[in-house]
Amino acid sequence: MLTAQNTITWLDKFGDAIEKNKAYLSDLDTPIGDGDHGNNMARGLTAVKAALADKDDADLTTVFKTIAMALISKVGGASGPLYGTAFLEMAKASKAGTTDLPTLLAAALAGIEKRGGAEAGDKTMIDVWTPVLAAVQAGNLTQAVIDDAVESTKPMIAKKGRASYLGERSVGHLDPGAVSSGYLFTALLEVEAN
Amino acid sequence: MSLGIVIVSHVPEIAAGVTTLIKQVAADVSITFAGGTDDNQVGTSMAKISTAFDDNAADELLAFYDLGSAKMNLEMAIEMSDKSVHLYDTALVESAYTAASLLQAGVDLTAVEAQLAPLKIK
Repeated sequence: MLTAQNTITWLDKFGDAIEKNKAYLSDLDTPIGDGDHGNNMARGLTAVKAALADKDDADLTTVFKTIAMALISKVGGASGPLYGTAFLEMAKASKAGTTDLPTLLAAALAGIEKRGGAEAGDKTMIDVWTPVLAAVQAGNLTQAVIDDAVESTKPMIAKKGRASYLGERSVGHLDPGAVSSGYLFTALLEVEAN
Repeated sequence: MSLGIVIVSHVPEIAAGVTTLIKQVAADVSITFAGGTDDNQVGTSMAKISTAFDDNAADELLAFYDLGSAKMNLEMAIEMSDKSVHLYDTALVESAYTAASLLQAGVDLTAVEAQLAPLKIK
């Protein structure tokens, strides 16, 4: 179950992971993208942190919406609308009354699919979100599930996003959005463990 | 009710440059643009796109963009706008130029879209 408080903690941990790995994320994005994923995400998560600073007493919907708007307005690359839409859809689902994690994540993934038009197997963040959602629904999300999902993007041919211009040359590289999504779910596991 | 054009690019100079180009053939068409992120880095900004919609004198808009994430920000701006906005997955320069010259000539939307159709590349 997600609450306003554990969601703030979740994003705080996600922001720390992005900050720590921003050079790595941009490096991953250099051969198959525009080399800015780490910096874009770091800028977005810094904005999220600032926006959440005075939201200790806010409800879950407000927290989700605050995260979404910060990401949409500050990230700059494709990840802004994609992650932003994910949190916006969770805001809508929570407003409809749910705090159930599988339900919220399912709404988020549906939003990402609609916004980006990608499917599983296209070498995008969806290749992490899809197996993670399945594991969350089955109640058995582990770090191994996340790591395997991230790694699964390596042999894929990119069909969406900047990497798709490279076609088969994208094979052998991890998708940066899949890696940052991996950090998001590792942070979620840490929150759940507490 | 008039038709206007909105140009969206990852780079401020591209958005401004395409606008300069197509204004040559469309002196009477309202054309606005959004280029780059809020701090003029490479990227797109939903806020800038919304402003370009608002600043356009027309209430029905044809929007053209360069690369994928521009489309996502455009779609979000469209969802939040009161104006009717048509989004085209077409070659930016050629399709914006085509639409501008046809709108200047008073051609209706259906006929404009028929000429844009073969320029779809994404």
